[in-house]
Amino acid sequence: MDAILIQILNGLDKGSAYALIALGLTLIFGTLGVVNFAHGALFMIGAFCAVTLQKLLTLSVTTIDPERTDFLGNPLKVQTPYVENWFGPEVGGTIVDWAVPLAILLAIPVMLLVGFVMERGLIKHFYKRPHADQILVTFGLAIVLQEIVKYFYGANPIPTPAPDAFRGSLDIGVWLGFDPYAIIYPYWRLVYFFFAGVIIAAVFAFLQFTTFGMVVRAGMADRETVGLLGIDIDRRFTLMFGLAAVVAGLAGVMYTPILSPNYHMGMDFLVLSFVVVVVGGMGSLPGAVLAGFLLGILQSFASMNEVKSLLPGIDQIIIYLVAIVILLTRPRGLMGRRGVMEE
Amino acid sequence: MLGLERRDLTILIAVAVITLFAPIILNPFPTGSALAQFNAGYPDLMQRFVIFGIFAIGFNILFGLTGYLSFGHAAFLGIGSYSAVWMFKLLSMNVIPAILLSIVMAGLFALVIGFVSLRRSGIYFSILTLAFAQMSYNLAYSVLTPVTNGETGLQITLSDPRILDGESSGLPVTSLFGAEMRDTTTLFVGPWSWDFSVGYYFCAALMLVAFYISVRIFRSPFGMMLRAVKSNQQRMNYTGLNSRPYTLAAFVISGMYAGLAGGLLAAMDPLAGADRMQWTASGEVVLMTILGGAGTLIGPVLGAGFIKYFENIFSKINDGILHQWFAFMPDGLENFVVAVIHPFIGKGWHLTLGIMFMLVVIFLPGGLVEGASRVGRVFRRRDRKADHVESDAARQRAAAE
Repeated sequence: MDAILIQILNGLDKGSAYALIALGLTLIFGTLGVVNFAHGALFMIGAFCAVTLQKLLTLSVTTIDPERTDFLGNPLKVQTPYVENWFGPEVGGTIVDWAVPLAILLAIPVMLLVGFVMERGLIKHFYKRPHADQILVTFGLAIVLQEIVKYFYGANPIPTPAPDAFRGSLDIGVWLGFDPYAIIYPYWRLVYFFFAGVIIAAVFAFLQFTTFGMVVRAGMADRETVGLLGIDIDRRFTLMFGLAAVVAGLAGVMYTPILSPNYHMGMDFLVLSFVVVVVGGMGSLPGAVLAGFLLGILQSFASMNEVKSLLPGIDQIIIYLVAIVILLTRPRGLMGRRGVMEE
Repeated sequence: MLGLERRDLTILIAVAVITLFAPIILNPFPTGSALAQFNAGYPDLMQRFVIFGIFAIGFNILFGLTGYLSFGHAAFLGIGSYSAVWMFKLLSMNVIPAILLSIVMAGLFALVIGFVSLRRSGIYFSILTLAFAQMSYNLAYSVLTPVTNGETGLQITLSDPRILDGESSGLPVTSLFGAEMRDTTTLFVGPWSWDFSVGYYFCAALMLVAFYISVRIFRSPFGMMLRAVKSNQQRMNYTGLNSRPYTLAAFVISGMYAGLAGGLLAAMDPLAGADRMQWTASGEVVLMTILGGAGTLIGPVLGAGFIKYFENIFSKINDGILHQWFAFMPDGLENFVVAVIHPFIGKGWHLTLGIMFMLVVIFLPGGLVEGASRVGRVFRRRDRKADHVESDAARQRAAAE
């Protein structure tokens, strides 16, 4: 029982990342009808927002402390971040420590901007072109974004730790009446899961309970009619693209303590997120979320030793296998709507 | 001749002549001159040109004709390489059986994968092929290690049985009935040096055959059917034709082309690694085909050559060389120009490639071939304007009426 619980928990954080990226992908697909291969790059840019903020906050001034000496006997050079100089060591240290969550504030405007520029500058011209062209041009864009990041940040992963308060693990098992240390789960992954939940809920609430969201949903169902009613649907869809970019970016920001960001992390997640979207059903938001968590949990079950000894290699292929089976038996995906992307 | 129309025959002959004299054409700069680094006429690179040319030609039969965008073609490349290396290990270092096996194996895998994937079209097809390729890649890396030798990659060793070859001292090399693939004759003419390698000519000959077959497919009734799938599959089905056998045949043929390319890669350098199957490798062949011009005969070969040249030559330019080139400028300007170009060269060549690819997709959906024909049209129009202004005007009048 506890082994099963552990696997479910392990699947949650990966599943949350899949769900968040897939949510943005399917949002873009459902509104604009564009297959965005650069979405993984947006996730990566988000992660590098966190890296950037961390680097900015730890920009240091070097002072010489004459009273202390280093091991060679020279006066000790002390590096103090500017932030600590301004706000005092106590507050400054906390700010540096909380760089990753703070990066959310940086990521939101950055991702909105990136999203708008991308949509207005490039994607807009591809609405009428075939899906293959959209895939190709966004694939090229992904390469370009990835290489730009690589140029500025190098090819190596950059560690970005979580705040001190969230290091270490939580003994969930004790709460549920298991032995101590039976189910241990890192705090940050729990945070990530709740964060993903909040974002997903916010996106759904936005679409469900605001007038803006209602118009967008109407546009997703029948763009032409909404246009005929005198509503400028294009502008709203552009905003949705920006929103999808923000969701992907925030997913990236919060994922940095779990996986040190490197320039190709976006591509690694993109392939899986596409599979998630297709399994969930193209253009279906709940489907994307459901499929994201489902596949994340399935993957962590498949990597259990018991399963692996039964079916060697299953952990490597489970997601693709599920995708193939679903595509062949339920072509619309788990929750796909009728008439979306059917040839 | 050869069952080709005159225009196609001209193209075929042109390709044949270019590949025949490639060692000379690709080495236009004398050895030791400042521009010698732009020479691409060394055997390794030329082999890559033609091998990836074959890969792209095959991909074009599927994508260019039927419009099905496969994102998993590298799987067949990898399967071809693995089968070829196994043949070198078990049977003989002769390349013929190895290449035959790699074509057959790739064809079989393509049959199975194609049979499943072609049930869906559009983006779903792309995702399905991607899923299959990633599955093959992951399996080759992990569970199939006895067959693929995992991360290390499959290599030939001294202790392999090699039934037909018998004992040999030292690690044997791949050969074609005694002609070793790595044999190279270097010809010195004045300051120039040209390498003629057996391996290159072997690959080039196969590429010409592959190219000829693809021309025949393009011009055949079968090719017309594939085009019909691309332009309007629904209408084709309504006229009572089942499109699936045609698309499956195209998928298998292009898989066999990829297998041949994989086999040749192994024949030139007998090792095979799982990274040949990764989806970035599949993306590369897509880039080649689109960059050159999907659906055209010569485009994929051009694209393959272009990208491989870029990868090998452009990535070698460094700051020192740039400073040499711009030495004529005043110092400050020189440093500025070098600093601006710096991100795009050397390790940053991927960036240049990505930008170029985007520009091609946005402005030239027909690829380099369309670009060339547009330029050609401009020149022709100018000629015509100078020569027959009157007949042109007459034609326009006729068109207007």
